Amino acid sequence: MSIILDHINYIYDEDTAMAHPALIDVNIKIENGEFIGLIGHTGSGKSTLIQHMNGLVKPTSGAVYFDGKDISDPDFDRKALRAKVGLVFQYPEHQLFETDCFKDVCFGPKNLGLSQKEVELRAYEALKQVGFDDDYFYQSPFDLSGGQKRRVAIAGVLAMKPEILILDEPTAGLDPKGREDILGLIKSLHDEMGITIILVSHSMDDVADYVDRIIVMNKGKVAFDDIPKEVFRHRKELEEIGLAAPQVTYVMQELKAAGFDVDVDVTTLDEAKNEILRAFSK
Amino acid sequence: MLRDITLGQYYRTESIIHKLDPRVKIIGTFVFLIAIFMVNNALGYAIAGLFLAMNIKLSNVPVKFIFRGMKSIFFLLMISIVFNLFLTPGTPILTVWKIKITKEGLKIAVKMAIRLVFLITGSSLMTLTTTPNNLTDGLESVLKPLKIVHVPVHEISMMMSIALRFIPILLEETDKIMKAQMARCADFESGSIINRAKNMVPLLVPLFISAFRRAMDLAMAMEARCYRGGEGRTKMKPLIYKKRDMLAYLVLGLFLVVCIIFGRILF
Repeated sequence: MSIILDHINYIYDEDTAMAHPALIDVNIKIENGEFIGLIGHTGSGKSTLIQHMNGLVKPTSGAVYFDGKDISDPDFDRKALRAKVGLVFQYPEHQLFETDCFKDVCFGPKNLGLSQKEVELRAYEALKQVGFDDDYFYQSPFDLSGGQKRRVAIAGVLAMKPEILILDEPTAGLDPKGREDILGLIKSLHDEMGITIILVSHSMDDVADYVDRIIVMNKGKVAFDDIPKEVFRHRKELEEIGLAAPQVTYVMQELKAAGFDVDVDVTTLDEAKNEILRAFSK
Repeated sequence: MLRDITLGQYYRTESIIHKLDPRVKIIGTFVFLIAIFMVNNALGYAIAGLFLAMNIKLSNVPVKFIFRGMKSIFFLLMISIVFNLFLTPGTPILTVWKIKITKEGLKIAVKMAIRLVFLITGSSLMTLTTTPNNLTDGLESVLKPLKIVHVPVHEISMMMSIALRFIPILLEETDKIMKAQMARCADFESGSIINRAKNMVPLLVPLFISAFRRAMDLAMAMEARCYRGGEGRTKMKPLIYKKRDMLAYLVLGLFLVVCIIFGRILF
């Protein structure tokens, strides 16, 4: 399964005085099994971009191909596309509506026209995958904590068995513990189930530890699209567009400046630890 | 689809209409409404239409933008036309099977359609050119005489301005919720009417919850800033009539007189 975005342009509020481009000539190819971080400042077009991937938004010009087929084709099955390209929005409050969590997770698979048994099986499986406690299954989703709500929201999309899972700022508004839990959960979905993940965030620290490719958006354009190491080399440019490299890279920079012989290209905490230990043991 | 609703929105641009005192615009809209329900012939509607077109031109709001709001009342318009067309008794001019279109029905249908379109266009022009804040101030000032009979004028205008302010917010929210549910393969567009109504539940529940939460937050924020109604409250920018406002009243008065003379009395 692959998604190809081919010369995508998107203009908001076309033909009014407020018209402004949200995406400008975006070309991205997403391969099976990738773990991608999509980074950008607020208003950089990242949310608009991901909505193109499951056909929620139609590009003003350009085309989106899923598995080689143009999704704007009249006989393309967009419902099936949305099941295969699962999109979890930023606020779980926008999708939770049922009287209990289990029923809410059933909503997605039910819309796919599956049998009641299959629907419930999938919902159970999905809730288990996100590490949701059995005790909460029949509780109202509105009584849950932020982190638990987010789990239910992710399960609601997972229950459709997507091949690609896009998560829009899944850690926004969570405390550090909740953040780590959710990111760990996403990583396990990628590693254990082989789901292609696109993680949208405005924080490099969030994604640096997990992803193997980073796409940086700036003012509707793709600024960088590379492996994390390469992207973080452009520290200056990242800062200019209101982003920053992960904190560890700054620490390593300072260490290097202070005369320690360390590799400044490390991006994750573990790498940094090993590098510092190596430098000290010399 | 949701972006088509322009009712209650403000369109930011520079124009003489934007600069007018909100009281002029509120009274003006009211006068315009009276005029379109007073006039009774084609000439009258032509005058009203011309007046409306002139105001739109002066307001610098793109015509396209104003008429996008029309789409949302299209259904209402159709109902009014169909009912008037087929259910008015009188001299039939066209009979198909049991359905009759009468001369009187046609007349009333056309009249109602014109009135509705003018009514919506006129009042949306007011909200498009007036900021919610100004609108509240204006409304409060216009309704002030009612205070004598203990109508809570300030509270009413405050509620109205909050309602207006919330329209675009809730529309945006609806759009987001719709997308979130469509991402779970929800279907809002097909099926029978009953099914469609049922399909609205996943949209309405999050929307209501969010509206209640926002209302609660707003109430708290207002209380935190010691809001306790209009008693003894002063304004930073009190409304003051300028020369152009007087001129506008004059034009309005003229318009009403002309409308009544040509649209009702003379012909």
